[in-house]
This record gives sequence, structure tokens and C-alpha cells, in this order.
Amino acid sequence: MADPHQLFDDTSSAQSRGFGAQRGPGGLGYPAAAASPQEAFLADPVSNMAMAYGSSLAAQGKELVDKNDWEVQYQQDTPVAPRFDINAPDLYIPAMAFITYILVAGLALGTQDRFSPDLLGLQASSALAWLTLEVLAILLSLYLLTVNTDLTTIDLVAFLGYKYVGMIGGVLMGLLFGKIGYYLVLGWCCVSIFVFMIRTLRLKILAEAAAQGVPVRGARNQLRMYLTMAVAAAQPLLMYWLTFHLVR
Amino acid sequence: MAFTLYSLLQAALLCVNAIAVLHEERFLKNIGWGTDQGIGGFGEEPGIKSQLTNLIRSVRTVMRVPLIIVNSVAIVLLLLFG
Repeated sequence: MADPHQLFDDTSSAQSRGFGAQRGPGGLGYPAAAASPQEAFLADPVSNMAMAYGSSLAAQGKELVDKNDWEVQYQQDTPVAPRFDINAPDLYIPAMAFITYILVAGLALGTQDRFSPDLLGLQASSALAWLTLEVLAILLSLYLLTVNTDLTTIDLVAFLGYKYVGMIGGVLMGLLFGKIGYYLVLGWCCVSIFVFMIRTLRLKILAEAAAQGVPVRGARNQLRMYLTMAVAAAQPLLMYWLTFHLVR
Repeated sequence: MAFTLYSLLQAALLCVNAIAVLHEERFLKNIGWGTDQGIGGFGEEPGIKSQLTNLIRSVRTVMRVPLIIVNSVAIVLLLLFG
């Protein structure tokens, strides 16, 4: 009588109750099977009522869930998620680049016989501390200049983490080709991240001016431009500071 | 490369302590950074100085009690472990 595709016995229907009641009178000689504790459980009037109440509650809940639309709504003016916008910042590259930087630093120290395991932790701690300091300094400057921007803290961490990519490239080239290779690659990566930061932060911090394309005028916009240039200039400096001791 | 997260925490604690000891009446008013001086009107741009003044006042108000706790913990730990 059960549906052959059913995975388990459906105990919520009245079918098994009737089944159990039928078996009840002849239950003495009946071998102990899965049906008999079930039928004893359901024969008790209190648990009958409890089961009826529970199944009606479940039916109501199911109705409620099916009735509402549970789709996530996106507002019009919040930034879209990285899945839809390929230029949106996300923490994948920065996180991967940070870990790779630590490993490459260990590799570089190892080739110079200066490696010890606690130095890895020291490098990681140092890079994280600089990152935290940068984020705090930029947040303070944004607050002081009353910049109304949609740049969140996590976005800032993502943007500031892009410099690790250049650092990795520089150190690897320095391992392969010595100081000349290191300076060449690091120089190119510094210039590229400088341009990237200027372009990206100009859109975020100088939103009104950049959107109209007018040249930056006025004291307020000038201060914001200085902030953008300072943030962008700090990136090559930090890239050099965090890697020069790794390349001898 | 001795710049670690721990030294950043120490520096942050010292900076917040420094902000907390700036006395409103005896010092900030005398240099014109009091909280009731110069917060003019509801103009559009608050300006850097009033933002700084607000920041100092907020930090002093918010961090008063947590600083007591954190400073006590720091004192005990430094006494025990150097």
C-alpha cells in the first residue's frame, strides 16, 4: 500500500494508525517488528492528539513558507557583488597574494641561509600590521575630510591588498635575476599600482568631480585629491619597504 | 622588521591614553579646541578642526571605562611578565 518510491514510512497519515489498530487485537502472537512500538505509541490518546496538532502546525508553516517570496532583494544604489561586476573589489586576490608573499619571503630567506620558522610569522605579522595601519590612517583621513563615499572598510582592505601581487613578482624576479631584475619588475609594478590606485580612488573619493569630468577645483576637492595621491604614493613605498631586505 | 601586531596594539593603547588625558577645561579650551567653541551652525562642511574636536570628545567619552579595564590588565601583565 505504500508508495514504492518512498524512502521511509510515512507516519503522519491516518493510514498507519488504522494499520496499527487493525493489528492491535491480534498483537499477542505477533512477532516484535517495527510496526508494534509504533502502534503502541499511536494508540495512546494523548500522543494521538499531539500528533494531530503537530501535523496541522507543520501544514500551516509549509503554507506560510510557500506563500512569501524569499528572494534576496538588491537595492538600486548599493554596489553590486563581484559575481556580477568584474571590476568590483573582492578579497580573493589580496588574500592569496598575502599568503604567497609570506611563502615567497620564506623561500627568499632560505636561499640566503637566513631562514628560521619564526621569521615567517614575523613577516606575516609585520605585513598585517602595516596593512592595519594603512587602513586606519585612510579611515581617519576620510573621516576628517568628511568624504561621503560608498567605500567600505572591506573594499579598502581589498584595494590595499593588491600591492602584494607586485611584491611577489619583484621578489621572484630578484631571486632569479638578482638586484637588476628585482628593481626592474618592482619599478614596473609600483608604477602600475600607482596608476591603478589613482584611477580607482578618484572614482570613489572624488565622486562628484570625477563623474562630471571637470578638473579638480576648490579647497575641499583639492584636499581629497591630495588624499588620493598620498594613498597611491604610499603603495610603492610600502612595496619597497616590505621586500628590499629579502633580495640581497 | 620588528613592526609586529603586538607593537601596533601597544601604540594604539598609548595613543588612546594620550587622547584620554587631554583635559577639556584646562587645556582644550585654552587652545580653542573645546567642544562648545566654533561648532558653527548647520553648514554643509564641518571642516577639519571641528571634526577633530568631535573625534577627541567622542574618544574621551566612549573609551573612558574600557581604558580603565585595559590599562589595569596591561599594568598587571607588565608587572608579572615584564
